[in-house]
Amino acid sequence: MEAKGSVPGIHNQHHVLFYALSTCIWCKRVRQFLESKSVAFDFVYVDLLSGAEQNAAVEQVRRWNPSVSFPTLIIDGKRCIVGYRPEEIQEALGL
Amino acid sequence: MNQISREEVEALYQRLYEEAEASGYHLNPDKEFTLALVEGLLVNEARYGYWACPCRLATGIKEKDLDIICPCDYRDADLLEWGTCYCGLYVSEEVLRGEQPLQPIPERRPPEGQRPQEQPARPPAVSVTQLPLPVWRCRVCGYLCAREQPPAVCPICKAKRDRFERFL
Ligand code: SF4
Repeated sequence: MEAKGSVPGIHNQHHVLFYALSTCIWCKRVRQFLESKSVAFDFVYVDLLSGAEQNAAVEQVRRWNPSVSFPTLIIDGKRCIVGYRPEEIQEALGL
Repeated sequence: MNQISREEVEALYQRLYEEAEASGYHLNPDKEFTLALVEGLLVNEARYGYWACPCRLATGIKEKDLDIICPCDYRDADLLEWGTCYCGLYVSEEVLRGEQPLQPIPERRPPEGQRPQEQPARPPAVSVTQLPLPVWRCRVCGYLCAREQPPAVCPICKAKRDRFERFL
């Protein structure tokens, strides 16, 4: 599994940044949901990073979600959705 | 990423299932879901040396991750309040029977600095100087025992000795 990357999709009008853990089941669910709806997104598996890169990612997540829990989805750098919340994601992306 | 075989995952699943049922806990009956989490435990064992919670970011430093070694310090409180542990590996009887849906739940683990293993060892709340032996409490399930040292493994929830605290 790659630590970072982008997944293309038909719905690419929003910038969707997905912070996840590679072993986390709810993160897998969010990813499956985004893919099933053909949403374009960037992902970061924080547990697969190390050292300064991991610390930087953790700080990014903390800005939005002080408990630094996963999955954390950041939409257009404006809205944050923590956890597997398909309805909320759908509404935020106007799907 | 470490490759874990399906057989290893099935074997650990079976063991956790039996241990859970023997002591009043239940694994999530959605087997694919549960197997994915069990695989996460094995991945974490391979990379950190212990069963760090699959749905939380571990540091790889055991002393810092002690509260999130599976079963975590938060499992029982979450089972009581939400019917599931944070990951959804363990569920309540109601969820097991399908009477309550399984939902993602909020994180109960406090931020760094406020975690159980970061607190100074508490002096016993009541001083019972007459006690012939100290009483130890399992932080995971609350099991108490009076003996010189805590057991190597909690007989109820299988947490290891380092999860015990002095209670009396
Ligand atoms: S009991 Fe705790 S550590 Fe184990 S899977 Fe559930 S939430 Fe994670």
